[in-house]
Amino acid sequence: MTERTPGFATLAVHAGAQPDPTTGARATPIYQTTSFVFNDADHAAALFGLQTFGNIYTRIGNPTQAVLEERVAALEGGTAALAVASGHAAQVIAFHNLLTPGDEFVAARKLYGGSINQFSHAYKNFGWNVVWADPDDISTFRKAITPKTKAIFIESIANPGGSITDIEAIAAVAREAGVPLIVDNTLASPYLLRPIDHGADIVLHSLTKFLGGHGNSIGGIIVDAGTFDWSKTDRYPMLSAPRPEYHGIKLHETFGNFAFAIAARVLGLRDLGPAISPFNAFQILTGIETLGLRMQKHSDNSKAVAEWLESHPAVAWVNYAGLPSNKYYALARKYTPKGAGAVFTFGVRGGYDAGVKLVSNVKLFSHLANIGDTRSLIIHPASTTHSQLDDEQKTKAGAGPEVVRLSIGIEDKDDLIADLDQALRA
Amino acid sequence: MDHDHYSDAYIRSILTSVKTIAMVGASPLNVRPSYFAFKYLAERGYDMIPVNPGQVGKSLLGKPFVASLSEIGRPVDMVEIFRSAQYAPALVEEALALTPQPKVIWMQLGVRHDEAGARAEAAGLKVVMNRCPKIEYGRLSSEISWMGVNSRTLSSKRPPMPTHGMRLSLSRQSVGGAETPAADRAARTHEH
Repeated sequence: MTERTPGFATLAVHAGAQPDPTTGARATPIYQTTSFVFNDADHAAALFGLQTFGNIYTRIGNPTQAVLEERVAALEGGTAALAVASGHAAQVIAFHNLLTPGDEFVAARKLYGGSINQFSHAYKNFGWNVVWADPDDISTFRKAITPKTKAIFIESIANPGGSITDIEAIAAVAREAGVPLIVDNTLASPYLLRPIDHGADIVLHSLTKFLGGHGNSIGGIIVDAGTFDWSKTDRYPMLSAPRPEYHGIKLHETFGNFAFAIAARVLGLRDLGPAISPFNAFQILTGIETLGLRMQKHSDNSKAVAEWLESHPAVAWVNYAGLPSNKYYALARKYTPKGAGAVFTFGVRGGYDAGVKLVSNVKLFSHLANIGDTRSLIIHPASTTHSQLDDEQKTKAGAGPEVVRLSIGIEDKDDLIADLDQALRA
Repeated sequence: MDHDHYSDAYIRSILTSVKTIAMVGASPLNVRPSYFAFKYLAERGYDMIPVNPGQVGKSLLGKPFVASLSEIGRPVDMVEIFRSAQYAPALVEEALALTPQPKVIWMQLGVRHDEAGARAEAAGLKVVMNRCPKIEYGRLSSEISWMGVNSRTLSSKRPPMPTHGMRLSLSRQSVGGAETPAADRAARTHEH
């Protein structure tokens, strides 16, 4: 008997979730508890020593959270995952597994503004040093590698411009350098793009965006691809060396191809503390059940709005990788054939002031600093998300003065076009 | 047998049919993977026999250590090799010399020796290499899901509450044939 491989929509509904063993509840219950009783002293010792499977304390893990973790791991094609309080927390925990003071990582210059801030400033206090590279020129990644480099970080679809990153080319650089490739897949979601299929070793998400999808809960997740050999060198001691935190356990030896996710939980989350609330895990889990339906609608609406904007006289340019005129169109055809996502930018004629005016005039689009909501969202990055960057950084990050970013929702596309039309004319 | 990929059906057939497991290289140190696996498999109802010549006279979780496979003195269904790959050929020969022969040779995660595996298969034994039986049991039963691990199985059935000594159902629907090429790639590159 051959084993069937369930499709994406089936996994989105079922992966990780089974009827509750105690009550038979079919929806995943919200286990709103801080702690879990032990069967006996031996069970407690086995749990603390990582010898057995089970729950201890919600800062380390929770049954509602565990369903979310397995579901996202299944959708991304990973071996395991760890859900945390936010996408930013996911980044800190992932790098905490890899970096010690004085280490470097190479990051694509085109990133979410919050990530640029975190890497440029907060990480300096840990002695973690970011080296920037240009995702449109792969040779800059190769040149940025030094003996101190421990990882490469990119976004699959880059915020805010919606450009598509050539993941396979950068994965080749990472393999050559012997470092893991970390891909933030927030803007694509695994419905449009699975980075592990293209060579990613670790996938991160802000669950707050398309996975949760309804703009109601903050969360983040780290997915372990199971592809990187942490014990090949002694450069990743959190994974390959005996851990004093656990009386000398070697996590890679013990947990094999899901050791990165385990290290993120038992060394990162346990000691740094950014746990996701069970309620948020439940909300995000419910959102994921419709991920495929929503992402297709988000992408189809985005293409229609982008095509309309391209012909509008008040619009200087549209940067949507799903348009044949776009420089990333070929990459979009390769990496995101079902659609190029729902976050993109366009330039208004009239620069900074025209951008501010547009976001003030919209009536259906919401002016706020988020993406990946069912509702359509608009923001002027130069005056908001990217306002703490200097002008050169803004332009390099794709957030110049005339740039407006849209996150297209799942409303009727004609209503979205009508709203933008009246706002551009006002 | 393709030792880069095992189907869930193959792993399931082994874990549901064997009862007695001799673990060669079982360690009394409670931070070693062999201790984890030994304890877990005993809790799930397997008759575990620790084999380690350096520990004879002591016992592991109530089971006396024996010096070698030939000194067990009763039939074993499966021999698990929890030692580095260089010892696999001699251990396979020792296993094949037992009467009756065991049905399965299982080499632990990180341990692979294709010639030794082929020798056991030629003698009619089932062979698994570079896998952990605790991880595979936890995966097929979905007990490992508590740790956010992708069990690569689905079920719409209400599971029982796992208690000490209980055998769990391993018959959940498999997702994607349970192939773990990524795991193999990682483990093969640092063979002992």
